[in-house]
Amino acid sequence: MSATTTGPGRTAQPQPPSTGPAIYHPTVARLTYGALLGRRRALLLFALPLLLLVIVAAVRLLAGADDSTTDDLLQGFALSAMVPLVGVIAGTGAIGPEIDDGAIVYLLAKPIRRRTIILTKLLVAIGVTVAFSAVPTLIAGYVLNANGQNLAVAYAIAAAVACIAYAAIFLLLGVVTRHAVVVGLVYALVWEGVVGNVVPGARTLSVQQWSLAVAQKIAHGDLVDSAVSLNVGVVALVLVTVAATWFAARKLSTLKLAVDE
Amino acid sequence: MTQPDTATPHATPGAPAAAAGTRAGSPPDVIHNIGYRSYEGPRLGRAYARKSLFAQSLRGAYGLGRSAKSKVLPMILLGVMCLPALIIVAVTVFADRSDLPVQYTRYAVILQAVITLFVASQAPQSVSRDLRFKTTPLYFSRPIERVDYVAAKYAALASALFLLTALPLLILYIGALLAKLSFGHQTAGFAKGLVSVLLLSLLFAGIGLVISAVTPRRGFGVAAVIALFVITYAAVSSVQGVAAAQERYDVIGWIGLFSPITLIDGFQTWFLGAHSAFPHASGPPNAAAGIAYLLVLLGIVAGTFALLMRRYEKVGMA
Repeated sequence: MSATTTGPGRTAQPQPPSTGPAIYHPTVARLTYGALLGRRRALLLFALPLLLLVIVAAVRLLAGADDSTTDDLLQGFALSAMVPLVGVIAGTGAIGPEIDDGAIVYLLAKPIRRRTIILTKLLVAIGVTVAFSAVPTLIAGYVLNANGQNLAVAYAIAAAVACIAYAAIFLLLGVVTRHAVVVGLVYALVWEGVVGNVVPGARTLSVQQWSLAVAQKIAHGDLVDSAVSLNVGVVALVLVTVAATWFAARKLSTLKLAVDE
Repeated sequence: MTQPDTATPHATPGAPAAAAGTRAGSPPDVIHNIGYRSYEGPRLGRAYARKSLFAQSLRGAYGLGRSAKSKVLPMILLGVMCLPALIIVAVTVFADRSDLPVQYTRYAVILQAVITLFVASQAPQSVSRDLRFKTTPLYFSRPIERVDYVAAKYAALASALFLLTALPLLILYIGALLAKLSFGHQTAGFAKGLVSVLLLSLLFAGIGLVISAVTPRRGFGVAAVIALFVITYAAVSSVQGVAAAQERYDVIGWIGLFSPITLIDGFQTWFLGAHSAFPHASGPPNAAAGIAYLLVLLGIVAGTFALLMRRYEKVGMA
């Protein structure tokens, strides 16, 4: 900048305020959407909901409308496998590749707050995750038993809530580590899937169980069962989302670029 | 050895050198003999190159010959894979049981998450980085053919997986013999377990390599491999759960065809007399289904090899 060489009179000029909106920056959002939906990642994003719908259609033909079947499938496949996977892909994909190939410096060099960047990417990740997992869950629920016992709505809302938490967690992972995808998958599948099934205590530390608590509240009957109470679930979800987002913004402020393999 | 760094007679391309050569009065250009000699020793050839590639890839799968950081994950996974076997042996010895609490053929099915993580982390490191750093053309500048590269990589990953899955079985077997369990029964079970994990290694290695050979990005390969294994398993087991709830036990057996680990499970249930891990322990319902498991298994192994061969047809372009 030439401001430093033009004498002491000009340096008193205040730092220009950060331009653009504080929470959602449209250009950053557009770029993030492009990165998420424009590459091979999109194939996986489309394939997962499609697979869910194919399975659901097959099961409907095989078994007819049945509440416990609906519960099994929506919990066993949609909420415990599809939602975390879509969350990992969208959450880490929103920022990971940019940090990986160093393109993030061009974004960081712009007068946009780091917090705004993180919030925008989080909103985009949430949007993509909800679109590719909560909406298919809703459709699947309607196909399976036409929203009997309010199951379709309950699981769709649980999926949406889980999406928000997963997006925040995996976005944080994307900022913190270069191996975000692996760490995220290990958390989502090994911790929540395997450890959660064997060690009862691990279940209280699981996004899936927190969102199940929400589903339990919304669904009629006692088909849906969660390891935690609704209050614990909601508080934990909010806490994790906010903390992960805050920490991600903080880490992005002090980001060090490592260019090795 | 010659010293190619001094007085190399290569004419630098450019006007001054060319002008100097054609200037009138200057001595004519000569090529000095600076002692280059052609190699006359034994040529190790294609088989040696293939063997080296195999050994290097196999060692690489466990991080040997790579940085300390690369050794951490595979070694942890190997440890996690063997730990339950040691515990089982200890329980068998101290509880004075007459048989192992876990069948040899069931062991890999129980620990499938560990095996999946191993494939997902090591298949991309085996092939993706060659693509990313464009080193594959260098391999093919050696006297190896496409089939050698593919076969070496495939065999290396399959061997690494076989080590991972067979070592705990060996621990179980030795422990069972030390606990003085029936020799014949244990040997038969161990042999069946080895056949099962051999097929599992071939199947998993093929699937992992095909997926990771598509992308030069390691992280994406890892994610795609894990996603494929987990999603298919989650889909198959949830549909099987539904079928079990509907008491459609024949359907359970057929649905197992659609994910790698249930494919192995169904195969060993029919051919090796294993106890199936499917709901209601209902393996393939009839001979047709049993044959279908075998055909699909062999088909995938052969198919992944063929796909890899096709992938490396135009590899320099990647």
